[in-house]
Amino acid sequence: MPESVQLKINGVPVRVPLGSTVAAAVLLAGHSAFRRSVSGEGRGPLCCMGICFECRLTIDGQQHVRSCQLLCREGMEITLGE
Amino acid sequence: MCAAASCSAAKAWRLPSVSNRRQFDVLVVGGGPSGIAAACCAAEASLRVAIADDNPDLGGQIWRGEHIFPGTEEAAHWYRRLRELSVEHLPGARIFAQAGARTLIAETDSGVCEVGFEKLILATGARERFLPFPGWTLPNVMGAGGLQALAKSGLDVRAGKVVVAGTGPLLLAVASHLKQYGAEILLVAEQAPRHRLLPFALRLPPSKLKDALSLRRDLAGVPYLTSCWPVAADGENKLERVTLRRGARTWSLPCDYLACGFHLVPNTELAALLGCVLDDGKVRVDDFQQTTIPAVYCAGEPTGIGGLELSLVEGQIAGFAAAARFDSARRLFAKRNKLGRFAARLERAFALRPELKHLPQPETLVCRCEDVSLLRLREHLSWRAAKLLTRCGMGPCQGRICGPALEFILGWQPESVRPPVFPVRVESLMTAAASAMPETSSPNPVSRS
Amino acid sequence: MTSRIYDVLIIGAGIIGAACAREFARAGLRIAVVEAGFGGATFAGMGHIVVMDDSEPQFALTRYSQQLWRELAPELPPDVEYMPCGTLWIAADDQEMQEVRRKHEFYAARRVPTEIFDPRALYEAEPHLRPGLLGALLVPEDLVIYAPCAARFLLHQAQAYSCDLYLDKVLQVRDHAVILQNRGGLHAGAVINAAGTWAPELTPGLEMRPRKGQLVITDRYPGFVRHQLVELGYLKSAHTLTAESFAFNVQPRITGQLLIGSSRQFGVQTNAVDNHIIAGMLARACHYLPELSRMSAIRTWTGFRAATADKLPVIGKCPGRQHLYLATGHEGLGITTSLATARLLLDQFLQRAPAIPAEPYLPNRVMETAHA
Repeated sequence: MPESVQLKINGVPVRVPLGSTVAAAVLLAGHSAFRRSVSGEGRGPLCCMGICFECRLTIDGQQHVRSCQLLCREGMEITLGE
Repeated sequence: MCAAASCSAAKAWRLPSVSNRRQFDVLVVGGGPSGIAAACCAAEASLRVAIADDNPDLGGQIWRGEHIFPGTEEAAHWYRRLRELSVEHLPGARIFAQAGARTLIAETDSGVCEVGFEKLILATGARERFLPFPGWTLPNVMGAGGLQALAKSGLDVRAGKVVVAGTGPLLLAVASHLKQYGAEILLVAEQAPRHRLLPFALRLPPSKLKDALSLRRDLAGVPYLTSCWPVAADGENKLERVTLRRGARTWSLPCDYLACGFHLVPNTELAALLGCVLDDGKVRVDDFQQTTIPAVYCAGEPTGIGGLELSLVEGQIAGFAAAARFDSARRLFAKRNKLGRFAARLERAFALRPELKHLPQPETLVCRCEDVSLLRLREHLSWRAAKLLTRCGMGPCQGRICGPALEFILGWQPESVRPPVFPVRVESLMTAAASAMPETSSPNPVSRS
Repeated sequence: MTSRIYDVLIIGAGIIGAACAREFARAGLRIAVVEAGFGGATFAGMGHIVVMDDSEPQFALTRYSQQLWRELAPELPPDVEYMPCGTLWIAADDQEMQEVRRKHEFYAARRVPTEIFDPRALYEAEPHLRPGLLGALLVPEDLVIYAPCAARFLLHQAQAYSCDLYLDKVLQVRDHAVILQNRGGLHAGAVINAAGTWAPELTPGLEMRPRKGQLVITDRYPGFVRHQLVELGYLKSAHTLTAESFAFNVQPRITGQLLIGSSRQFGVQTNAVDNHIIAGMLARACHYLPELSRMSAIRTWTGFRAATADKLPVIGKCPGRQHLYLATGHEGLGITTSLATARLLLDQFLQRAPAIPAEPYLPNRVMETAHA
């Protein structure tokens, strides 16, 4: 049973402990800003429980997916918002 | 377009069908402590029970990440009890609409699931209240429970400098937890004044007093400042320092994270969608935790913020009642009432001070989804006007973050709830609508006037 | 009872009332506007400014008004979100392509610029449309705005002259006065009923029915759609009098959000979302834009359009009443024709010649003849 999971964040491979959420993985990879708000501010997770939508990312091609409640899966491709 | 064109529309694009249809005696929405307790009590009466929760694992917020290694005896007890019963767990199920009086619709990553039930128990918990202040939108400013949840989900907070701020017993629990994860807690800033907290602390029942003292011991060396709150967060691209105020004194602390939450707000949106009557933002329930909609029960924070123990008791009562075990339910009334009185004292002790209404500056953003500042919002006389003209509250959070803040700062009441209760994929909305009864729209259609 | 006297009192601060307020205030008249709660079609609809050719009068009014919007554009503040994106009328079969050519000729003869797109041009313009479409008609001068803020702008313009706004509900319309729920009475030389779907309550005998519509809005997907996209079947939907219908009609907002419509229902009184309409409407939208199905839908809502039997609005003095004017019944073209409506009404009030013939919109045709 693997202890860690590898995924790609903006094309860069990142290895995180099994059971981590995507939001935690993105922060572990050193990104604080996940996306830009409508007026261009960098934003990161706020509520961490699926309500604020500040943590949304493009995951495996699907836009606007909340990352704070999603467990990392092997091979996931994450793209941060511009 | 008349019938012919409608037919061709159906032929041209087959309406997606529900990928999954399930039926239970009792459906519990929400897998936190009250939901787990409710499910256990209903399942022990040999009913077919399921818990639907939008997280990958059970535990809600307070027991998040504890499904394998529970952090307390209490959690361990309930998880054990649950494991011994065949309660179905529907993980990652985001309930967003109704398909009929006894059917809810959930979106999962793979499609749409219709869940039918005889009895429904809403255990949807609560969320943190965020109050805006300059810089609160910077990355690494998070909720108090929020940062704790992230730490439990894999964020490495070792050696991270954390300021915990806001209000409520949650702050101490969060600070203690984060410290165990290796974070350096710089201080805990509690907005409530000592003259309110001290009498509250002195009246704590022995068990709670023991917990409180134990927390204080865990946090030895960490300043716990009352009458203290954040007035600004600063940093280039993310949080670098927090400015705090206490009386006449204002000072800044360099830090990595600000874990800041101003108490809790009930998650009542699903209850409202179903037509349950709310009193002052709380779901109205009778002694048996039944809402104003027959066969729909509600337990825990949505009936009023009351903490873990009260949530557990209410969950049990709801579970017993849904299983028609009314005597078992009645036996818990006294405990519930006692805990309810405690909850009321807690709310009074940690009530928000009026100074907090002035934390945001005119240009401080209040609606984060649409980047609307306080200045723009204050131009309007009502929530409705503000919504329409600034689009505050029309973003993906559907007003869940800005709403409680504006209610506190401007006294605005939230508007009615429409499906989808959460943003969902267009195909999910389509599937849900297609599978619903033609006559069913919302249970309490409102005459336009 | 208050004794303030206005020249003209306007019932309704939706787009029609606001446009009238601006027009009449700028003409030097003392104006009052009464608004009950921002619940009208202005605050629920799509904000699409579009020329339509169902009839000559409809064309004349929509074109006149569209040009007035284009002239106003430089003054509009950013929150009106003025987008000169144009409309693409999409043809899915030969019959619809014929309609494209017919429209093209019709508009060419009336000096409205349009362009016929063959499939290559269409997919270059809108790559996310499903394959197999035959072409489209581009109407480049059509526009999109955010209507609630446009109404507010027009009202502010009026208030820069002489316009008082009352947030109150009109209970009764009398000669030279209205009775309000909270404030008592307001006196005016003339009253304009611009109350949309509530207009018949205030002017009994006015034959108009509410026509319900439903909309869905998505999260932001900037650049996914560049024009307002409408199927030619929309015209059948808008212009029949059958109980319910829906058609493909998707609008890009300046935010990148997609507004998905459109639907029409008669005889439904509640403002609840109707599942079968949503299902059909979204299915139709996904039929034309398949990638829509995976997009995030944030909200759904409903609204009611004020509809007359001949699909033309009501603009003019109320028959049998000396001091009452009507400006209502715009169905789905309220935003489009608001500015021209206000202009035509002012022309009538001041008894000067209008820029287009005003007869087709006069109220006689929609007043019950039996009504005294």
